[in-house]
Amino acid sequence: MSDYAASSPIATRRAGSQAWWNAVNAWLLLLPAAVLLIAFTHFPILATIRHSLFITRRNGTEVFVGLESYQAMMADPIFWRALVNNFWFALGTIPTSIALALMMAIWVNRNMRGRGFLRLAYFTPTVLPMIAVANIWLFFYTPDYGLLDQLRALFGLAGWNWLGDPSTVMGCLIVMVIWKEAGFFMIFYLAALQQLSPDLDEAAAIEGASRWYTFRRITFPLLMPTTLFVAINAVINSFKLVDHLVIMTKGGPNNASTLLLYYIYEVAFTFQDSSYAATLTVVLLVLLSTLALIKFGYLDRRIHYQ
Amino acid sequence: MIARRTILMAAALAALSVGARPAAAVDLTMYYPVAVGGPVTKIIDDMVSRFEKDNPDIKVTAVYAGNYTDTMTKAMTAMKGGQPPQLSVLLSTDVFTLMDENAIVPIDGLVSDKSWFKEFYPAFIANGQIDGKTWSVPFQRSTIVLYWNKEAFKEAGLDPEKAPASWDEMVEISKKLVKKDGAGNTTRWGVEIPSTGYAYWMLQALAIENGQKMMNEPGNEVYLTAPKTVAALEYWVDLSRKHNVAPAGSIDWATLRTDFLEGKTAMMWHTTGNLTAVKDAAKFQFGVAMLPAKEKRGSPTGGGNFYIFKSASPEQQKAAVKFIQWMTAPERAAEWSMKTGYVAVSPAAYKTPAMQEYAKGFPQATVARDQLEHAVPELSVHENGRIYKFVGDAVQAAVTGAQKPQEALAAAQQQADRVLRAYK
Repeated sequence: MSDYAASSPIATRRAGSQAWWNAVNAWLLLLPAAVLLIAFTHFPILATIRHSLFITRRNGTEVFVGLESYQAMMADPIFWRALVNNFWFALGTIPTSIALALMMAIWVNRNMRGRGFLRLAYFTPTVLPMIAVANIWLFFYTPDYGLLDQLRALFGLAGWNWLGDPSTVMGCLIVMVIWKEAGFFMIFYLAALQQLSPDLDEAAAIEGASRWYTFRRITFPLLMPTTLFVAINAVINSFKLVDHLVIMTKGGPNNASTLLLYYIYEVAFTFQDSSYAATLTVVLLVLLSTLALIKFGYLDRRIHYQ
Repeated sequence: MIARRTILMAAALAALSVGARPAAAVDLTMYYPVAVGGPVTKIIDDMVSRFEKDNPDIKVTAVYAGNYTDTMTKAMTAMKGGQPPQLSVLLSTDVFTLMDENAIVPIDGLVSDKSWFKEFYPAFIANGQIDGKTWSVPFQRSTIVLYWNKEAFKEAGLDPEKAPASWDEMVEISKKLVKKDGAGNTTRWGVEIPSTGYAYWMLQALAIENGQKMMNEPGNEVYLTAPKTVAALEYWVDLSRKHNVAPAGSIDWATLRTDFLEGKTAMMWHTTGNLTAVKDAAKFQFGVAMLPAKEKRGSPTGGGNFYIFKSASPEQQKAAVKFIQWMTAPERAAEWSMKTGYVAVSPAAYKTPAMQEYAKGFPQATVARDQLEHAVPELSVHENGRIYKFVGDAVQAAVTGAQKPQEALAAAQQQADRVLRAYK
C-alpha cells in the first residue's frame, strides 16, 4: 500500500512540492537574518577591501592604485606603533581581567552577608557611560592634584605625569580597562557557576579532594565554554577601544597610547583619508578573522560542552 | 469620482498647509568649537537667541562640537554623509583643507559691500584670503600670551609688575619661581607651555621669536628642520630637562589653566581666549604679557573663523552672511572679547564705549591685540590635520625625552614632505 503510494506520480509530485515549500519556508525564515548579515557584515567587508585598492581624488573620482596603500602602510611608523601598542594592550588586559572576573565570581557566588551589594559594586563599571568613566579616570591620573598623586603625596612622593609620560600611559589605560571589564565578565562566570551541579562538589568532598584540586580539576574545566566566550569578548574589546583614548590621551604622547582602531578613526575622520582607513581596516579584519578561525577550528574541539 | 475628490482634497490641504506657514523661515545649522575655559556655550546660545529676536525670519541651531579638531571632523563627516551644516566656526587654518574638499564658498560673492572686509584687523582677515578671494571671516581670534602670577613673583622676590621679556630672562626668573617642599618635591613650577592639543602652535611661536618661518605661502612646504626651528624646540625641551623649571612629560592643553589657577605653575603660555575664564577664577593678582623674545617678539595668530558651506541654498548662504555680520559687528565683537578674552576682530570694537571702559579697569584685555603687530599667520598648509599631528608627535617625543629635538623634527619633516608632495 505504502509502496504503491510512494511510486504514484501524484504522490511524488506532492512530495516534490512539499520539499519545495519546505525550502521556500526555510529561506524565508532565514531571510531577515541573511539580509542583516549581508547588509551589515559581508557587503561592508567587500566594500572595504575594494576601497583599499582605490584612492579618491579631491574631485571625487576614484583611481585604482592596487596595493599602493598597503605599501604606504608598511612604511608608516604610526601604523606599526599602533599594532605593537595593541599587542601589549591585549596582553595586559585580557588574562588579568579574566582571572579577576573568575575570582570575583567565585567570591560572590558564596552565601554571605552583603552579597547583593558586592555583586552590584563589581558590576557598576559596566553600566557607567564610557565617556563618564574616562573623565573619572582622567581625574585619577591628573598630575599633582589627581587622586593618585594625592595618595602619593601622603607618603611624601612627588607627583607623576601619568598620562603625559610614554612609559606609564599604556599601563594607566590597561588598569582602567581591567577595572571596567572584569565586572562585566564576572556576570558570565557567576551565571555559569550557578549552572554547575552541587553534586560534583559534594562528590569531590566525599573523595577528600582539596578545594584547590576541586577547582582545578572540576570547576575550571566545566567553566571552559564560558572562559572561551569571555576571552573572545575580551579580544574584541581590546581592539575596540576608541572613546577612552579620545577623552584621555588622543593617542599621545607621541603615539604611545595609539591603538589600531583609534588610528583608523583618526585617519578616516580627522584626516579624511578613507582609502587609507580602509587599508588599515583590512588589517584589523584579518587579525580578527584569524582569531575566529582559531576559535572554530581548534579551541572549540578541545573544550567540553555540557 | 472618489479619486478626483481625494486629489482635490489633498490639493486643498497642501494649499492650506503652505498658507498656514509664516513667511518661509530660513533654517541654519552652525557647528562651533570650544577650546578655552568658561561658559562659552551659554554665551553663544545667548547671542544666537538675540540674533533670532532681531531676525525672526532666520532660525539658527548652534551645535557645540568639541574642540577645533573634533568640530572639523564633525563638519567634514556630516558633509560626506550628505547633511552638512550651513556654516561653522573652524580653525582659520582649515581653509586649505576645506577648499581642497570643495566644501566652502568664497564670501565675497555673497556680500554687495566689500568694504566690510576692510573693517577687520588685516592680520586676521589675511588668513582667509587666498587667490584674491575671501573664504572665511574672523570670529574668535587669538594670539598666545604669557600669564603670570603676581603673588608668586612677589613671594620669590621678583618685581610683580614685570614679566620676562626675553627667553634667557624667562629661564632666570623661572628658576627663582620654582618652589620645593621639604622632601625636595617641586610644588610650584616656573613656567608651563602646553604640548598636547595645539603643540604646533606653541612651537610656531617659539620659531617665530627665533626668527624662523614655519611654512610657505602656497601652503605646500613646512620648515621643521631649519636650524632655528630645531633651536626653538631645544629651548622648549631644556625648560624641563636642563633647567628643571617646567615639569617633565607632556603638558595638557586643557588642564594647564587649572595648573595656573591652582598655583602649580607661576607662568603659563596659553591662548588669550582663556583670559576671562582665568580672570573669573583666579584667587590671586595676575598679569598678561606678550611672549618673550629671542631675536624678536612674536606669536602666531590663532583661533576660529566663520565658514559658509557650498551645499547651503542661496537663501541660507545669504542668511548666514547676515548672521556673521551680526556676530562680528563692533558691539558684539567687543562683548565677545570681554566675555571670553579672545581678541575682538576689528579696531572699531576697541573704540566702543563698553570696551574702553572695560580696558580701563582691566588693561590685560588689550595685550593680545597689541601683540598683533608682532604676529604672523598661524601654520596653515594643505592636509593640515596630518601636518599638525606630525609636528605634535615630534614635540611630544622631544619633551618626553624619547627623541632629541633634531631627530624628532627630522622624522616629522620627512612625513610632512611625503604628504605635501601631492600639492606641488
